[in-house]
Amino acid sequence: MKTLILAFVLLGAAPAAFACESVSVGGITVQQPWSRVSIGTQRPGVLYLTIRNDGPADDALTAVSTPAAETPMLHETVVSDGIASMPHVMQVPVPAGETVELRPGGYHGMLMGLTGPLEEGATFPVTLTFATAGEITIPVQVLSMRAEGPECDDGQ
Amino acid sequence: MSLRKVQIVLWAAVAVALLGYLGLTIKARDGEPVTDATFQPVFALADAEGRTRTVEEFRGQYLLVFFGFTNCPDVCPTTLSEVAQVMDDLGGDAARVQPLFISIDPERDRRLGLAEFTTAFHPSILGLAGTVQETRAAAESFKIFFERNDDAAAPDGYSMSHSPALYLIGPEGNWIKQFTYGTPAAEILADLESRL
Repeated sequence: MKTLILAFVLLGAAPAAFACESVSVGGITVQQPWSRVSIGTQRPGVLYLTIRNDGPADDALTAVSTPAAETPMLHETVVSDGIASMPHVMQVPVPAGETVELRPGGYHGMLMGLTGPLEEGATFPVTLTFATAGEITIPVQVLSMRAEGPECDDGQ
Repeated sequence: MSLRKVQIVLWAAVAVALLGYLGLTIKARDGEPVTDATFQPVFALADAEGRTRTVEEFRGQYLLVFFGFTNCPDVCPTTLSEVAQVMDDLGGDAARVQPLFISIDPERDRRLGLAEFTTAFHPSILGLAGTVQETRAAAESFKIFFERNDDAAAPDGYSMSHSPALYLIGPEGNWIKQFTYGTPAAEILADLESRL
């Protein structure tokens, strides 16, 4: 019963789900892009998404750009020996046939120098540059501060 | 003593110092305090209004303590979201648990605004940002590690490395356990409910 009540509470608390965008170029598909609401513009925003490589060759995400931030960069959270650090990465490898996630606690886009506050429910475009596939532009959904993953209609 | 002997003695001293330093570094980085030897972490740190808060005033409550920095876009929001969910789900027992966010980047966090950051996750989370020395002392008493890394690509030219776990302190001020980074809120909730 408790589980049932909890399920209803969770349902009630869940914000309206969105039809998460998915854009493909060549063998690369980018999907479920999301970000968190920002507190003003002084702190960096974040970018998460999923990349699928259905092509026959390895590819790599090499750059990210967006009008929402002056200096968007790729980072990776690394937890090693109980210490978390967040080094800048030059690229995110996307091997052939694999799916790579930019997600909490792993690879993520760090949006430094926000040009405006990221407001819940809004979207902003990002352009991802891949070594082989080229550029993919996709709208990113801004979710609540407490979001922990994409919130999509398709149950993802 | 010949110059040669002095040289040998000095090099031996260097070797001892290096070994000692390595030992300390490994110990600090281990981040997994021994579970049988319970200890009492202490802190005296300013809250967002500048009042000094100490561990003593929370006797009788469980403390959920996270060390982080507000400029952190990934690890810190993820963990504080978990804490917020736990506080919501505790319902009537929430008053017996006090979540603390201790800044390891206190100067910048005070400037950016501590309270607006913590309340964005949950109103019950108390943000603390002391002086650099007080912060160092608090971290040492919790046996956790943090350091500043110069990084030209980061905001203000630096970022922070830190122990990302969540620490549970008991009503008598005793260290109970740590929840490693990524522990789901439901697991933390179940643990707390078994104690309350």
